[in-house]
Amino acid sequence: MTGKRKGYITKISGNMVSARFDTFVVQNEVVYIIHGGERLKSEVIRVRGKNAEMQVFESTGGLKVGQEVELTGELLSVELGPGLLGQIFDGLQNPLPQLAEKCGFFLKRGVYLEALPDDARWEFTPSAKKGDKLRAGEKLGHVTEKIFKHYIMVPFNLRGMLEVVSVAKKEKYDLKEPIARLKDENGSQHDAFLQQTWPVKIPIEAYSEKLKPSTPLVTKMRLMDSLFPVARGGTYCIPGPFGAGKTVLQQLTSRHAEADIVIIAACGERAGEVVETLKTFPELTDPKTGKPLSDRTVIICNTSSMPVAARESSVYTAVTIAEYYRQMGLNVLLLADSTSRWAQAMREMSGRLEEIPGEEAFPAYLESRIASFYERAGVVKLHDGSTGSVTIGGTISPAGGNFEEPVTQATLKVVGAFHGLSRERSDARRYPAIDPLISWSKYKSFINIDQVGKAHSILRESNNILQMMKVIGEEGTSLANYIIYLKGEFFDFVYLQQNAFDEVDEATTDERQSYIFDFIYRILDSEFEFDNKEGALHFFQKIRQEFRGWNSAQWRSPAFTKIEKDISSLVEGAVKKKEKANA
Amino acid sequence: MHKVYTDIIQIAGDVITVEAEGVGYMDIAEVITRHGSSMAQVIRLDEKRVSLQVFAGSRGISTRDKVRFLGHPMRIASGDDLMGRIFNGSGVPLDKGPLLTDNIIDIGGPPVNPTKRIIPDKMVRTGIPMIDVFNSLVESQKLPIFSIAGEPYNELLARIAIQAEVDVIILGGMGLKHDDYLFFRDTLEEHGALSRSIFFIHTASNPTVECLLVPDISLAVAEEAALRGKRVLVLLTDMTNFSDALKEVSITMEQVPSNRGYPGDLYSQLAARYEKAVDFDTAGSITILAATTMPGDDVTHPVPDNTGYITEGQFYLKGGVIEPFGSLSRLKQQVNGKTRDDHRTIMDTMIQLFASYRETVEKQSMGFQMSSWDRKLLKYGKLFEKNMMSLEVNIPLEEALDSGWEILAECFTPEETGVKKSMIEKHWRGK
Repeated sequence: MTGKRKGYITKISGNMVSARFDTFVVQNEVVYIIHGGERLKSEVIRVRGKNAEMQVFESTGGLKVGQEVELTGELLSVELGPGLLGQIFDGLQNPLPQLAEKCGFFLKRGVYLEALPDDARWEFTPSAKKGDKLRAGEKLGHVTEKIFKHYIMVPFNLRGMLEVVSVAKKEKYDLKEPIARLKDENGSQHDAFLQQTWPVKIPIEAYSEKLKPSTPLVTKMRLMDSLFPVARGGTYCIPGPFGAGKTVLQQLTSRHAEADIVIIAACGERAGEVVETLKTFPELTDPKTGKPLSDRTVIICNTSSMPVAARESSVYTAVTIAEYYRQMGLNVLLLADSTSRWAQAMREMSGRLEEIPGEEAFPAYLESRIASFYERAGVVKLHDGSTGSVTIGGTISPAGGNFEEPVTQATLKVVGAFHGLSRERSDARRYPAIDPLISWSKYKSFINIDQVGKAHSILRESNNILQMMKVIGEEGTSLANYIIYLKGEFFDFVYLQQNAFDEVDEATTDERQSYIFDFIYRILDSEFEFDNKEGALHFFQKIRQEFRGWNSAQWRSPAFTKIEKDISSLVEGAVKKKEKANA
Repeated sequence: MHKVYTDIIQIAGDVITVEAEGVGYMDIAEVITRHGSSMAQVIRLDEKRVSLQVFAGSRGISTRDKVRFLGHPMRIASGDDLMGRIFNGSGVPLDKGPLLTDNIIDIGGPPVNPTKRIIPDKMVRTGIPMIDVFNSLVESQKLPIFSIAGEPYNELLARIAIQAEVDVIILGGMGLKHDDYLFFRDTLEEHGALSRSIFFIHTASNPTVECLLVPDISLAVAEEAALRGKRVLVLLTDMTNFSDALKEVSITMEQVPSNRGYPGDLYSQLAARYEKAVDFDTAGSITILAATTMPGDDVTHPVPDNTGYITEGQFYLKGGVIEPFGSLSRLKQQVNGKTRDDHRTIMDTMIQLFASYRETVEKQSMGFQMSSWDRKLLKYGKLFEKNMMSLEVNIPLEEALDSGWEILAECFTPEETGVKKSMIEKHWRGK
């Protein structure tokens, strides 16, 4: 572009700045505000005549009417290439550790660093040959990043069939050296690099088709996997009041879920929680690979006191990086905590724009924004036939813990699974506090569907009986009903609840889940006979205690086998009695 | 240098609009009226129209009065000279001491880089068993006290302040009753803590918007001290008044309210303050204790609700005691494994039994028959309330744990408590 396009500030209100331009303006283009030596990043969000309104990703203190702004013509983008794994970025993809080295304790505004270090050199192994015809997203070769083959692909923004004119030979290159030259259908030539950039708000669609999510994503949380499963490439949400354990749940999932890569987007939440993740992950080992967990993780963090507008960009940055790794045929899990803070950032900006507010002052486009974000999840078939997936799990922090609010409702419409946390369960220290009576999932579990149905119905009946007992007392309840109540409680205690502080119990593999569920199902399905309620209570308390030990015994260890035998004989004892009585 | 403008074109609520040029957003101005002068802050710029919120209120401002822009954001003196001093909500001395002009710092500075924080692991001892044993307070934690108006939350804050081993205590009072202010001053003086305290006091008789500066001033001073390696405790009382002042200004500015009249950015506004709590890598720390009064004891009210999503737990003060249910310290796990080997056992066991006691009380009130187990629980509950929950009790953690074992032994057999065998053998005080 010849000559920089410029404008001047006319209005400042919070993190919204208006400017007047004598030139053309592109919606969503990045604009820099020039404030002395500082250049503050902002994004055009509305154009009206010669005026445009921008959301500023920094504090606006000290800015003045009449100051110059510089248009870039580029949409807000991220850098994609080897070196992302293990990084900690802010919402604009600034690497935070490097920022700390440069600026010390505080996040100085207007300082932007390269997301990927320019000086890093990667050994590139070509796979494409001269003369090959490739489409955007197809592989040119790879470099090795941590434990992954990081494929270098034809830039996503090129259209049509491209002919490979030349490919670099196997050697070390930095991110800015061309590694291939491609010719498009019109005959123009393009260079490909180890790195490419992509605008965050546009989904990457360099694949052949989108498939229906069907394989379960094992999170090793029994309540989720068995009753309310999430599929690879699916979406789920976790709404819950404060203190119900949303963040702990996300942290456990980020550690144990069977995904190749986990992207954590800490959006508008406590800094302390991110600190815990980023200080502990390098020390925790991934049982699957034996490498530190940080090797498969990217953290995007824009905590609650960081600039509000960057919350929005943080979720988009995260999902774009997720899509990038999906293009390599990997299964990526994106955890966003919390999407409500992102919605609030939209509300704040909408208020400053003086748009007509919808419910609870959220903007009218809240639903469509949420929907298009979750729609970026999915399983895709790539051009070479392999598949990759992005699974999105978002927490929601509803005001007053009331799920009837706009963000929860808008999200429920578009996700495939709903894990609703309840204050009652967390107060009773029943963790994870996902309420089995309100949650649902549209995906298939690896557990038999009829058995899952039966378990659900016992939980419901048990709760009904409990509610009744609160009114008429234990005396007024029949023994048969009392046993159903105990079965429900038993199932909750030994299967649905999981102790996050027990190193065995905190994560249960799918193999073990299937086995244990089957075992419990037989107990739930058995008809017991007891002399009285006390006998029934005593029996269930006893097997419950045994089960606790069983849950913390290593899978298939001698202790595991022994406890299993003990429980079996206890159960048999109780069932046999009934058969004798019948005989 | 500082140009003076006299074109006040609008006065609405405590916000005035003046026509001026070259004014920086968030900058401070002085409004000079015939009744005196007041500080004001730029909250909106629209071409030449500059809107300012006037901290002393707009009463008596004339359209011909003078507005002098100072060309910088709100600033405050900092450093050791402030120790033992008392200021108002704008940083003007209230104690007849000299005006301070050294180490001037901007308030409301940038956020801390998360990578420069460390995982907090130092317990703050308070001598209150309900805190030390059950919900340990941790250095750098941000924790509000949720209560209805009239509960002794200020007494509780003062008690924690005089017992906590910190280098600096900063009290930010918002809408504080004059009596409460005197109470804080006298209590801290009595216990010899006034010399390491700094007060920023906005009382109920001051104009409402003036309290908006109190948290920022208090935390800016705290941050400066923490960067010098000091351990700072900041007390903010009452954050509901602060939120109400935000509400007042945003309504005046014709912003669309989100929930019960509060502005949509209430969460971000509160978070920007609470997130100043920090344990710096290679420097000091800031711990924030705040009071949040809940209108109608309603925890879903926007102020406690948003606060709960930001802070690391809360103490729920009800009926003059800290309620074990509803109170939570999210950071307790970081410290209570390293105090004494029986700390977590006592914490879990006593709370579970107390929950059973509450159920029994409910049963009793509904007229159900009391079993021998129920009677044991009733005895236990009474002892627990007297020796643990009462705010009269003031003992170190170790004594509180011992007292816990004594209560258990007085009421139950070892098996009834459900405590692990190895723990019983080591700590049980029975005959």
